[in-house]
Amino acid sequence: MRVVVDLNRCQGYAQCCYAAPEAFELRGHEILFYDPAPPEEARPRIERARLACPVRAISVEPAALAGEDAP
Amino acid sequence: MSEKPGIVIVGASLAGLRGAEALRRGGYDGPLTIVGDEPYGPYDRPPLSKHVLAGELRPEATTLPQLYPLRARWRLGHPAIGLDRPGKSIRLADGSVIPFAKLLIATGARARPWPGEGAGLGGIFTIRGRDDATALRQALTAPPKRVLVIGAGLIGCEAASCCRDLGLPVTMVDPNPTPLARVVGTLVGETLAGCMRRAGVDYRPGAKVLSLAGEGGRVRRAHLQDGGAIETDLVIIALGAVRDTAWLAEGGLMADSGGLTCDGTCRALGRDGEPDPDIYAAGDVARWPNPLYGWKPMTVEHWGNAVEQAAHAAGNMLRPEDPQIYTHLPAFWSSQFGINIKAVGLTDGADSVAIVQGSRAGLRFLAVYGRAGRSIAAVSFDQARWLPAYADRILAGAAFPPILDAIDQSRIETMAPGFPGPRPGPAAKLQPRESAHV
Amino acid sequence: MSDDTLFAEVLDPGNRADPYPIYARFRRNPVTRQRDGAYVVSTHAAIRSLIFDPRLSSQDLPPSRRPRTGNPLRDWILNPIKNRVANGHRPLIFRDPPDHDTLRGFVMKEFTIHRVNGLHQRVVSHVDKLIEACRGRDKVCLVEDLSYPLPVAIICELLGVPEKDEPQFHDWATRLATALEPDARRDEDTRRVTVTTFDAIAAYMRGLIREKRRHPADDMLSGLARRGTPDQPAMGDVDLISTAVLLLVAGHETTVNLITNGMLTLLRHPDELARLKADPERAPQLIEELLRFEPPVHFRTRKALGEIEIAGTTIPKGAPVILLFAAGNRDPERFTDPDRFDPDRDDVQHFGFGGGLHYCVGAPLARIEAEIALVRLCQRLRQPSLLADPPPYRPGASLRGPQNLGIRIAGIV
Repeated sequence: MRVVVDLNRCQGYAQCCYAAPEAFELRGHEILFYDPAPPEEARPRIERARLACPVRAISVEPAALAGEDAP
Repeated sequence: MSEKPGIVIVGASLAGLRGAEALRRGGYDGPLTIVGDEPYGPYDRPPLSKHVLAGELRPEATTLPQLYPLRARWRLGHPAIGLDRPGKSIRLADGSVIPFAKLLIATGARARPWPGEGAGLGGIFTIRGRDDATALRQALTAPPKRVLVIGAGLIGCEAASCCRDLGLPVTMVDPNPTPLARVVGTLVGETLAGCMRRAGVDYRPGAKVLSLAGEGGRVRRAHLQDGGAIETDLVIIALGAVRDTAWLAEGGLMADSGGLTCDGTCRALGRDGEPDPDIYAAGDVARWPNPLYGWKPMTVEHWGNAVEQAAHAAGNMLRPEDPQIYTHLPAFWSSQFGINIKAVGLTDGADSVAIVQGSRAGLRFLAVYGRAGRSIAAVSFDQARWLPAYADRILAGAAFPPILDAIDQSRIETMAPGFPGPRPGPAAKLQPRESAHV
Repeated sequence: MSDDTLFAEVLDPGNRADPYPIYARFRRNPVTRQRDGAYVVSTHAAIRSLIFDPRLSSQDLPPSRRPRTGNPLRDWILNPIKNRVANGHRPLIFRDPPDHDTLRGFVMKEFTIHRVNGLHQRVVSHVDKLIEACRGRDKVCLVEDLSYPLPVAIICELLGVPEKDEPQFHDWATRLATALEPDARRDEDTRRVTVTTFDAIAAYMRGLIREKRRHPADDMLSGLARRGTPDQPAMGDVDLISTAVLLLVAGHETTVNLITNGMLTLLRHPDELARLKADPERAPQLIEELLRFEPPVHFRTRKALGEIEIAGTTIPKGAPVILLFAAGNRDPERFTDPDRFDPDRDDVQHFGFGGGLHYCVGAPLARIEAEIALVRLCQRLRQPSLLADPPPYRPGASLRGPQNLGIRIAGIV
């Protein structure tokens, strides 16, 4: 699955890191490192991360679109 | 193709993708074609100069999510090389011709190649596309004896930071007194220089590489203007970006290597200065008059602009009877040497700077830039939480400094930001700003 | 009643069950001045702008004042010193950067992802145990049966506070939470009670910390109490105590509201209860909507350090500023049909955990507890229905939630 975070918006609240620690990691004070291509099995946790983000910076490709509209 | 022509987007990167999504979201139901010069679908570039180089992310992992059903026809792997405005079609490098009813140009920019002697040698890299990053990553694992980074802009600094994380010896050469001198000024840049040196970068400010020399077709050393030389077997060229717009200029649009000129509503201008009602532009390639900065024509090579301008242009394409002016406060982020650097606004022409939150000594601070008494930009080192407040003040055209009596604020001292003078040479005016995120 | 005394209506316990119409009146202006000089901020946009504004300070609490004892040594020497120390070492919700960041940094280092997520199974078994204890009854008193004991057990486990001591600090926690309410700050007597309560709980903590230093365990207090080294500094003792007290009180007094408000809302929307029961995967989104719709903390007070121009109003330097989070959460300018509980809502940017640098430290834990509690309650309570609607409310206007929630049940699954 595909994920992208708007790092202009991100302020390092780290809520995503608790929701999906395998995909999101806070480094230093506020550098967010994330996996833009986590495995499909992680979707429930990635969704949690997306919903928990206080600044709504996380976008997730809907399952219905994954692969369907690929170039 | 017997189908009636629809909307064609040239450029299959972030702006192209978000533009396409905005068109569909906005109700566009006709044919949609997306043309890209690379063989890949839209991918995210910011991780290339960071996590891909570090080996933490596979280059393929950067493929961008599609957030809305596109029902698009993808034409990847061939750049557009011709524009026929009267005939309303574009021509691709493979010879095919694609007619359009409306066109969105989102071709972005490409890395400026090494302009000097030795350009053809092996071991010289730029970082812009996925292939660049893949090749450079592979070369870094060899490993090289010494990496030379030419250019201390955002990309150069991120690459240097990555190389140090990998334990590689790094020399960085740049003509300015500090890194990011043109982006944040030398006062703030000096703080980053300190971080760089502590991280073990052999940083050579005020130096210039004249030529690259090699043996057996591979780069071996760089000759400096002062007569010195640096032994190196891997060179990263980080000298900003140029735009491939010759085909647009030939097609009758107002375009040069600095961008495609548009009106305030993202419509491309013809050579006669009249906007073409059917051709729009967005992202790195679009030069438009930004009302926030006195309608000064500018290109903004940042992630946030690609997203916003593409959506904005798409809106105008769908409602040409009511075109909206595009107003944008530029913003970027960059992580390097363990610090999150974020900025809002443009520092161009700043005559003053003040540290308004935190302290440089503590490596967590927010600097505000002023011009003629107005606040025009803010740069944060690990202080992103206050940035929205300063962005609001900058948008409101607040006096400089904009926020007084704040927490974590020492006595405000207005200082000179220390921006280097204009770049030498006759082409100085056309040179684009250093790019943050390719 | 005119708008410049409208906040008194928010504080009025008679309005506790439904303060939202008052909030709607506030929202007619983004910022409303009260006769006492406080400024109430009620729209989503204005709150959002102010939580990022460095001119708002959290160090706005009136100074501690210990009561007279008649003992001159105490009254003239010891207590003034104690007051000074207490004022200088307030817990982090009452501190500004850079001190706030230092303290929060220490807490976050112990509030690790591993430790918090590791509590998941413990929450499940606690919830099941608490629900099981209701077997054979036809009525659940949700607050005392589950909403209160669950977070308490979990915060005790996380901090490393022996649960057998809980009866001791139950009242302390309630009294200290009351001290967060604005009317309590103005009232001299309540402030004295707060100070003496704090002294009592601090004495308890001091003992516990001594114990943790002697026998460190794998818990947050042991980690926080670790002696500092030049490379790895640690919290000073006074800060350590006030931080530990804060975490304990916060663990007692907030999640209880989230769970109780959640069950109340679900019982008022039986179709949503049924959907959650059938599809527990809906929980994360439902809880975000709940945090918008019925947040556990309704407002927080800050102080303007400088003059602030916002939405056409100038807040003068020194004025108290009340961020009415729960009003921003129901702002029709931000949310379509805001007074409707709609767990399908995707755009839920709420202030349920506050925002900005004081964003709730415990948010990830609260989400885990609320999700498990609500899902298990929906799955295990047979034919639940409200015994009284509205239920009786706790006195707090800010930490707002039912005093108890009587639920009639036909049994336990």
